[in-house]
Amino acid sequence: MKYKSQSVTILIAEDDPDDCLLMEEVFRESSQGYNLVFVQDGIELFEYLRQQASYATSKSVKRPDLILLDLNMPRMDGLEALAEIKADPNLRSIPVVVLTMSSTEEDVLRTYELGGAGFIIKPANIEAMAEVVKVLNQYWFEVVELTR
Amino acid sequence: MAKQVKPVIFLMAEDDPDDRLLIREAFQESLISNSIYFVEDGVELLDYLRCQDKYANPSHAPTPDLILLDLNMPRKDGREALAEIKSDPKLRYIPVVVLTTSKAEEDIMRSYDIGAASFITKPVTFDGLVEAIKGLGQYWVQIVRLPANNTP
Repeated sequence: MKYKSQSVTILIAEDDPDDCLLMEEVFRESSQGYNLVFVQDGIELFEYLRQQASYATSKSVKRPDLILLDLNMPRMDGLEALAEIKADPNLRSIPVVVLTMSSTEEDVLRTYELGGAGFIIKPANIEAMAEVVKVLNQYWFEVVELTR
Repeated sequence: MAKQVKPVIFLMAEDDPDDRLLIREAFQESLISNSIYFVEDGVELLDYLRCQDKYANPSHAPTPDLILLDLNMPRKDGREALAEIKSDPKLRYIPVVVLTTSKAEEDIMRSYDIGAASFITKPVTFDGLVEAIKGLGQYWVQIVRLPANNTP
């Protein structure tokens, strides 16, 4: 293991509670012990990243090592959020992976143009999700070097 | 799971011939793709991507789905090449993974800052390299969807 599990923070922007549960379960089963933080839309994502609103006084706010981003969210959607992260000098070195139901060619292209580090179509069942999470963890936390 | 219809084309910019050979062998060993092309520095990389100079015939330079980039190269190094790719509207959609011997925090930070999709420190052993290429392939070829590549 390159990193101690407890030191890895993954920030997941996802508005669907069922999908959040599924991801939590899959990450827990892969027994990595990573610190998972869920936010429900793009607005809350920035409140977390910039320690504003309900995160202003929280001591547990850690800079994420990786952001997983749904595209279709209320208030501020994923592509807007991605553009804003990549335009912010304090945030843009954090890799952002899109994990979404959408599969339009335009969304794929926009994701990479805006600086996304991967576009993954969200698997519908738990077995396929487990496989995706396994490969994702292996790549980002065993193979790749992150900014720490 | 996202299935790529066409084989994923990798383009690696690497000036060291021994390293090119090792990467090619690691690709064969890890069975992720046999479509890997090589250029030797940043100038040649941009010529390739823009179909210029000795790459004027695009059929000899299929557009890559993913670029692997060494940092330390003559003429134009990886940092300059990366910045140029990411500021070109026609090229910036291509993900660039830095693959280098460096593990300096400054190189890691700067690479992500100027738009690298990932930063990989080249393992020193061949087995380590094969493992890294396997991990790279499982991510970028098996689970990630890349932009449709319209190369004829």
